Amino acid sequence: MATIEQLYQCYSRRVQATLIRLLGDFSLAEEASQEAFAAALQQWPATGEPDNPLAWLIRTGYRRGIDQLRRHGTARRNAHLIATSDAMTEAMVEPDERSIEDDQLRLLFTCCHPSLTMEARVALTLREMCGLTTEQVASALLTKPATLAQRIVRAKRKIRDAGIPYEVPERTQLPQRLPSVLQVIYLVFNEGYSRSDGEQVIDVNLIDEAIRLGRALADLLPHGEVFGLLALMLLHDARRDTRQTVSGELMTLEEQDRKRWDAERIRTGLAWLERALPLTPVSAYTLQASIAAVHAQAPSAETTDWARIVRLYEALYLQQPTPILALNRAVAVAIRDSPQAGLMLLDALSEHPQMHHYHLYHAAKAELYRRSGDRLAAVQAYQQALALASQYPERQFLTRRLAELNLPA
Amino acid sequence: MKYVALVYYQESIINAMTEQAWQDLNQECIAGVERMTAQGKYLAGQALQPIDTATTVRVRHGETLLTDGPFAETKEQLAGFYLLDAVDLNEALQLASRIAPARLGSIEVRPVRELPPKRE
Repeated sequence: MATIEQLYQCYSRRVQATLIRLLGDFSLAEEASQEAFAAALQQWPATGEPDNPLAWLIRTGYRRGIDQLRRHGTARRNAHLIATSDAMTEAMVEPDERSIEDDQLRLLFTCCHPSLTMEARVALTLREMCGLTTEQVASALLTKPATLAQRIVRAKRKIRDAGIPYEVPERTQLPQRLPSVLQVIYLVFNEGYSRSDGEQVIDVNLIDEAIRLGRALADLLPHGEVFGLLALMLLHDARRDTRQTVSGELMTLEEQDRKRWDAERIRTGLAWLERALPLTPVSAYTLQASIAAVHAQAPSAETTDWARIVRLYEALYLQQPTPILALNRAVAVAIRDSPQAGLMLLDALSEHPQMHHYHLYHAAKAELYRRSGDRLAAVQAYQQALALASQYPERQFLTRRLAELNLPA
Repeated sequence: MKYVALVYYQESIINAMTEQAWQDLNQECIAGVERMTAQGKYLAGQALQPIDTATTVRVRHGETLLTDGPFAETKEQLAGFYLLDAVDLNEALQLASRIAPARLGSIEVRPVRELPPKRE
């Protein structure tokens, strides 16, 4: 007999997603699902685990939810639910695998609805899709639990009162709606990625949650964009352990110990990329994953196919002509051709005012000055970058570079 | 569900339009209303006169105060409204996205709030 924790781990997300559809309300579904698990804990030791535990939990939760509505005689708007529940045969509630899968997608698209703020979408997705507690989500997002709880309550209220439907968008609507879902998953990943610095001791790994969401979505909705995002996350995550030294200092791609890259993750990432590439139009995620794949397959920084990376950045820039992409392309050109070639492109970028306040712009310039042997300009640019950088590992890195340059030649 | 779609735009953009463009926009709105009526989605709606015709009314301590124009100087001005009947927010948003002035300004979509029943 499994423990309640194991049961919960295994079934709670699916029970919850299906109950939201059956009961038409997030909070009611949550209470009902908790009651179902409590009932299982009580009854199963005596009766043994039912043949289909998931269906049992959903059925029990549904009945409890309807009871709840009857007891409180709550909200007239639920009258139709109570009425239909009387007429509803067991067969109608009886969840089959297909509809349970669809409920997962419905839940994801509802949590990521574009009419919710990005913050609310991320919080809701982690809470409802990943089954994290409010406290876990709060600590993972560095927010106060009270603030986060508020945000979730507000979002659920909007879902209910504004009539955000619990449905997977129609095929014709998908191009409009899928990006919002992918954005949320990628944001969760980046939240985790940017702070896997060992300073934060939390029991939630946002990187793993994002990859799990990506995998689930890839199973449910086999689109090139989804495969591309999953590949991108896996290929980046393969470098997780080598991005920083034990003391929390940032390691550049060329400094990283490639033998310590996670070979299994790279293999899986490349496999998803293989599936994404033939599906057109090739999405920005797929192009980014392709860049990560070039790095992942190169035995060393020197043997990296920089010409290919430049081409991929150019393709990406056509889709998203942002100065940040231009910056990355300039760095790739510098390595392919010469530091001077890169610096020329970076100088051209200075017409974007936002670049002046972007620490990585100055850091990239500094790096290229350093390589071209212009120590003075390099020191100056590193100092500018340092003045703008706020994250500890980045500051450490810049300080180290400055110290190296100030050593007497 | 019932939704109200509030149409906002900068009147300055409209004022800068040619007479022909303005007439075309109006015709497009009329066609939109006809289409939504045929779908059974349109309940009511009205375009509004420009903001300089507006008067704001407040009652404080039993006294009625009238002021010229709207309370705050906003970038976009309310230009009209639609009352729509849609199955859910997705449909309401889709209807709103086809309201012609969405291209010029913005459309705020809000579900209506039914008032509680009258006290006996």
